[in-house]
Amino acid sequence: MLLIPCPWCGPRDEVEFRYGGQAGIAYPADPEALSDDEWAEFLFMRDNPTGPFAERWYHVHGCRRWFDAVRDTSTYRFISSNPPGEEAT
Amino acid sequence: MTARRLPSGGSTIDRSRPISFTFDGAEVPAFEGDTIASALLANDVVGGFRSPILGRPRGLFSAGTEEPNAFVEISEPWFEPIVAATMVDVVDGMAVRSRPGVGRLRASPESRPLEHRHAHVELLVVGSGHDGFYPARDAAGRGERVMLVDQHRTIQRGAGGDFVAEGVTYLTRTTALGLYDEGYATVLERAAELDRLWHVRAKRVILATGAFERSIAFADNDRPGVMLAYASWLYHVEHGVVPGSRAVLFTARGGAYGAASNLAANGVEIPAIVDVGMTDPDADLIDDAEVLRGWVVSGTGGDHRLEAVHLEGPDGERRTLECDVLLVSGGWDPNLALWRAIGGGVRFDDDVHAFVPTEGPPWLSVVGAAAGEVTNDAPFWFVPAEDTSRHFVDFQRDQTVADIADALGTGLRSIEHVKRATYIGTAIDQGRTSGVLTAAIVNAMLGEHAGAQGPSNARPPSVPVAYATLAGRFRGDLFDPIRTTPLHAWHVEHGAVFEDVGQWKRPRFFPRAGESMDRAVERECLTVRNAVGAMDASTLGKIDVVGPDAPAFLDSMYTNRMSNLAVGSMRYGLMLGLDGLVLDDGVAMRLAEDRYLVTTTTGNAAIVLDRFEEWLQTEWPELRVYCTSVTEQWAVVAINGPLARDVVDAVGTDVDLSREAFPLMTFRDGQAVGVPARIARVSFSGELAYELHVAGWHGPLVWDAVMAAGQAFGIEPYGTEAMHVLRAEKGYVIVGQDTDGSVTPADLGMDWIVNPSKGDFIGKRSLRRADLVRPDRKQLVGLLPQDADAVLPEGAQLVLDEAAEIPMALAGHVTSSYRSPALGRAFALAMLEGGHAMHGRTVFAPLRDRVLACTVTSPVSYDADGARRDG
Repeated sequence: MLLIPCPWCGPRDEVEFRYGGQAGIAYPADPEALSDDEWAEFLFMRDNPTGPFAERWYHVHGCRRWFDAVRDTSTYRFISSNPPGEEAT
Repeated sequence: MTARRLPSGGSTIDRSRPISFTFDGAEVPAFEGDTIASALLANDVVGGFRSPILGRPRGLFSAGTEEPNAFVEISEPWFEPIVAATMVDVVDGMAVRSRPGVGRLRASPESRPLEHRHAHVELLVVGSGHDGFYPARDAAGRGERVMLVDQHRTIQRGAGGDFVAEGVTYLTRTTALGLYDEGYATVLERAAELDRLWHVRAKRVILATGAFERSIAFADNDRPGVMLAYASWLYHVEHGVVPGSRAVLFTARGGAYGAASNLAANGVEIPAIVDVGMTDPDADLIDDAEVLRGWVVSGTGGDHRLEAVHLEGPDGERRTLECDVLLVSGGWDPNLALWRAIGGGVRFDDDVHAFVPTEGPPWLSVVGAAAGEVTNDAPFWFVPAEDTSRHFVDFQRDQTVADIADALGTGLRSIEHVKRATYIGTAIDQGRTSGVLTAAIVNAMLGEHAGAQGPSNARPPSVPVAYATLAGRFRGDLFDPIRTTPLHAWHVEHGAVFEDVGQWKRPRFFPRAGESMDRAVERECLTVRNAVGAMDASTLGKIDVVGPDAPAFLDSMYTNRMSNLAVGSMRYGLMLGLDGLVLDDGVAMRLAEDRYLVTTTTGNAAIVLDRFEEWLQTEWPELRVYCTSVTEQWAVVAINGPLARDVVDAVGTDVDLSREAFPLMTFRDGQAVGVPARIARVSFSGELAYELHVAGWHGPLVWDAVMAAGQAFGIEPYGTEAMHVLRAEKGYVIVGQDTDGSVTPADLGMDWIVNPSKGDFIGKRSLRRADLVRPDRKQLVGLLPQDADAVLPEGAQLVLDEAAEIPMALAGHVTSSYRSPALGRAFALAMLEGGHAMHGRTVFAPLRDRVLACTVTSPVSYDADGARRDG
């Protein structure tokens, strides 16, 4: 059971959260301008690193707010978390 | 009072409280504080168990969780399918029976009372011996919240005895089942009155889990009467019991002499100590005991109980000694099961001749014997012999040294492969007495260093735990929340048969006395088509979307335009995933320039709201929009049928219901039955229909008024089943039934709802992807079975050629199927490859006992031109 640092609520049990995949994948400004390959790259392709990984999490059974967090995928430990688009604390 | 109970002693038993239990039907006297194992031993019952695979006689081997032989099923006073006899405290009147290594469930087991409890502590200490007790006491002294758990019945600080440090929550008869990320632990407390599963979040965890005594593999080492040396010491100290009358010690560890001297001091004859190592303890401790240095036990004799041991000397000399107990000690192995299961490392330490901990998670530490503070002499793992096929390593899996050799002989090299080839370590004792031994034998046979490969990994739970315990009280009605509408009591009172939709209870149909489901649904459908019916639609998800940017936001979320909807009007909308596939549908009502009420399917309400929040928070935080779930604030009564207008009129409202003043897909705020009501003209049946939206607490009042006013018009309540038939006749899809996450709007024939000119919306770009425009995609069609009475099973597969060879090429599947009272025949909706171009053709549904031929049609099979919806 991960202990996830919600930037608003503090550390809470994993069961309160929903995973939102890799952070920092912005919705394209003009999807229609993208080729099929470019759109597929946005839609399907994500990183899968060993080590620190920036992720989105949603405190669905808590404050119902989204945030970004950096988690080490080899130890599962959270390194930092921050509201979307803000600097890590 | 019994054969092996000493006249005094025993730190855990209360000799003033004699009790009894039955073992395999025979009454066994005991004292309060006995375990089943200690009571059996006190009555000179050493054996009585059998190995699970070979059926060999087995007996008590240990005094703790490492027990590999003595398993029992408890049938009174509670049921437990399988548990080690060493871990159960006797309760007066208890009934147990021996079980070989596999438990059996009862059809309806009555488990002990159960509860779950949560705790947050700065420090959790597992094991209350000297090394665990003092850190717990010190932390409590610093004001920290501390939990100290021990699987024994008393705190183990010294030689037994209760000792409480202030501020420490200490739990006895409590086992840490598993450690998980960031100091999360599951802890099972076997309290007197119930089983309690603790969920503990600890800032730090200290493992003071001690060590397990190591066995030695030799021929027939599994005969009842062969026992770990330390176990005999424990039975004496805790229960005042000795295991027999004449005992031999076979040891590779000088420290084990104490177990023999302890028995000698209590009247047990010790003819010999077989010391395989050349250790040099003070052998004079035991009078008359011959110390045979460099000798080994090469075999045992006896039938169901040990009668003799066969010895072999360093120069090949052989002797046989009569005895009824053989104490064995190969050394000590730190108990690192919890440590290793959470990813802690180990290495073999050549000074202590054992695997000791290395690096682990930062919140976890190991102390004492578990950390490697043990004293071993040079290890001795198994007695060499021609035939090692009765040198048992894992008693519970009946696996021997020869079995390990066989596994290696097939070319396996990894301990994990050997584990899977032999199943060593996979029984419910998790190989506590065999794990290290197996690793050592593998390393020795491969000619490697003793620590080349460590033992295979253990996993939580550390001891067997019943699913009932994990479920706790979350069973039956408490298994999952049950949601009911404000009208639920009326439905119950009127005999509704309910179905579960998500967590909601919805009336499926309202049978009259003696009426079957099919008859009831047919009656309800005809009532709606011919007169008027009322349905509780309160479960529809409802989201209040408010803010200056709400119109633009909804344009992005739905495939069609919501920003140009007039206040007072409503519009059906389809929502796609980024991948262009249908996610949900619903109706948006424009309450004001900056406010909408959006409905969702019953099961998707939370998903849709989460999705709104995700886009608003992560992609478009600049949009000024708030979303609020109002599902439970409203009761919704749907009135459908040609007489619906008459009913609403009779109910009494200030809203002008005329066709001209109140067209389809508009709503009016007013009052009904004297309470504030929002009346909407929206139909899911194809008939003239009104929905009365009122505050939840007014729901029963309005429903009663509708039923009363409707009586003159023949109104009847109808349920979800009739609703499904009516909507399917109209070709209206249900997201999640007719769609399955692989369906586009075009597949449903709903291109009309996709507005490509309005700018971007979620999923729009994906609709142009090559795979989503294939002409042979599965598309929504209607099916009319050529046997008009044959109702296709939902999920039935469709083929184009009934004579094709098996496996046939599948062309589609049935998504909804009913008998239509209006059409007087069976009909279905289906997803069929290229179906839009196949109207009029015949496809086949091969079933178990027959093949149904079906004509492909439009999904709309009733009132295709929509003449009925305005009444």
